[in-house]
Amino acid sequence: MKKTFFSTSKYRLAKSKIFFYIVCFFSTLTMIPLFLIIWELIKRGYKQFNFSLFTEVAPTSMDAMLAKISGDPIPGGILNGITGTLLILVIAIIIAIPVGILVGIYLSENPKKKFSNLIRSLADLLQGIPSIVVGIIVYVWVVRPMHGYSALAGSVALAIMMLPMIIRSTEETLKMLPTSLKEAGLALGGSYTLVVLKILLPSAFGGLFTGSLLAISRVMGETAPLMVTALGATIVNWNISDPTSAISLLIWEFYNDPNLAPLVWSSSLLLLFIVLGINIFAKSVAKKWKIQ
Amino acid sequence: MENSINSENNKYVLELKEVSVSYTPGKNAVENVNAGIRENTVTAIMGPSGCGKSTLLRAINRMHDLYPEIKTTGEILLKGENIFKMNPMKVRRLAGMVFQRPNPFPTMSIYDNVLAGYKLNNISLKKSEKDEVVEASLRSVALWDEVKDSMNKKGTFLSGGQQQRLCIARAIALKPEIILMDEPTSALDPISTNRIEDLILELKEHYTIIIVTHNMSQAARISDNSMFMYLGHLVEYGTTKQMFTKPKDKRTEDYLTGVFG
Repeated sequence: MKKTFFSTSKYRLAKSKIFFYIVCFFSTLTMIPLFLIIWELIKRGYKQFNFSLFTEVAPTSMDAMLAKISGDPIPGGILNGITGTLLILVIAIIIAIPVGILVGIYLSENPKKKFSNLIRSLADLLQGIPSIVVGIIVYVWVVRPMHGYSALAGSVALAIMMLPMIIRSTEETLKMLPTSLKEAGLALGGSYTLVVLKILLPSAFGGLFTGSLLAISRVMGETAPLMVTALGATIVNWNISDPTSAISLLIWEFYNDPNLAPLVWSSSLLLLFIVLGINIFAKSVAKKWKIQ
Repeated sequence: MENSINSENNKYVLELKEVSVSYTPGKNAVENVNAGIRENTVTAIMGPSGCGKSTLLRAINRMHDLYPEIKTTGEILLKGENIFKMNPMKVRRLAGMVFQRPNPFPTMSIYDNVLAGYKLNNISLKKSEKDEVVEASLRSVALWDEVKDSMNKKGTFLSGGQQQRLCIARAIALKPEIILMDEPTSALDPISTNRIEDLILELKEHYTIIIVTHNMSQAARISDNSMFMYLGHLVEYGTTKQMFTKPKDKRTEDYLTGVFG
């Protein structure tokens, strides 16, 4: 056979090299938005990113205007948002994690049952429900019967949004455990409940922890469902039956008030850092607790 | 000792009566097995892959209960009591199991691994009792001297052979009547295998052992009696010496001489 350029190994090597560079190029391209976002937030937010951001509640529009006129940085911070986000998330975690883990256990233990398939499809559908719709449903279910907006209502909305993620990550983690682990526990005469509690769940801890962290970081920045449930507050509130602010709610408020607009950047920067921090922490935990 | 299966001075600790196991309805993976096993003996179950060795072994501690599609019929008498009429948890306490791959519980320390059986049965022991059980169990698997200074390290920190001995210690900590071993050395190197085999011979003093093995020379080395299974049937069951010298069945002879395997 006559050798042409197209049949030589040189041509094939060149082809795979070109393909490699194209892949690299687009991979790099996808990272650019993240760095641009971080850069933009730091550039615009660093001036307001100070100690008082963490120690003072959000300023009124009037205070901000006066500071602006006299050329001072805007006073106040987002303490009420930070504590609110914390309160709402803690209750959401208390609601969602036990339920999600129990459902995940059921799915991994009964993978082929019709009921499991139904739950699995419903969990996937639940993940697809727009967050504002979840918020409005919770408004009807919790806010109206309680006669008022509350941190609890916000938590219920976020818990509903976290559930599918926790369910699926629990199921996936438990499925990865070798069957011999469960069999070894049962072969020692262990009851099913004790084998799940003392062997399967501790062995899967890394996966469950990571899954829960990622679910938390996913709902942390949710704004729409909180608008119709937690509403917002100008003070630090620790009462679960009272309206409560959140970092994301404050960002929305700042955006709507020209005098407070500079605070949008520092608050967004903080929110982004927290979410990225949780993500990085979750990844490192996942690596450390990897199932052998 | 020539014919220890039928001798009358030892009573059966385990009796299999018409035991059949099926994974799919109408197709038996183990068919109509009848056998009696005497106390303080080592019985090897041999046969080619897929002949039902492990399936038969796992019927004895009702492991098949975990999988609803698997059906077991017949009777298995453990010390005269039908295991299918007992609480499965009790059956499994009386019939300890050692698996093919060493599987210590990854989140537990060596100490806790030995005591896992007690924890999983909600039996609480005093600290001194715990120490006693752990030491006695680890001593009887000849692991005590190697691990006595690292009790709090994870069980998975040990070498493969040590892990397997830990798993045996975990099984005997509950003082079972019989120990079921499912190819316990197939994942181990020759030196570790050797140690486990020596251990099996020592454990025979106190326990009845049934071991599934692929390795014919292993069966010859450690077992008193052997079962040869083929296509789900128990083809031949007799003393190991007799089976390896004068097999009664043509299929056993073919297997032992390497005609198939």
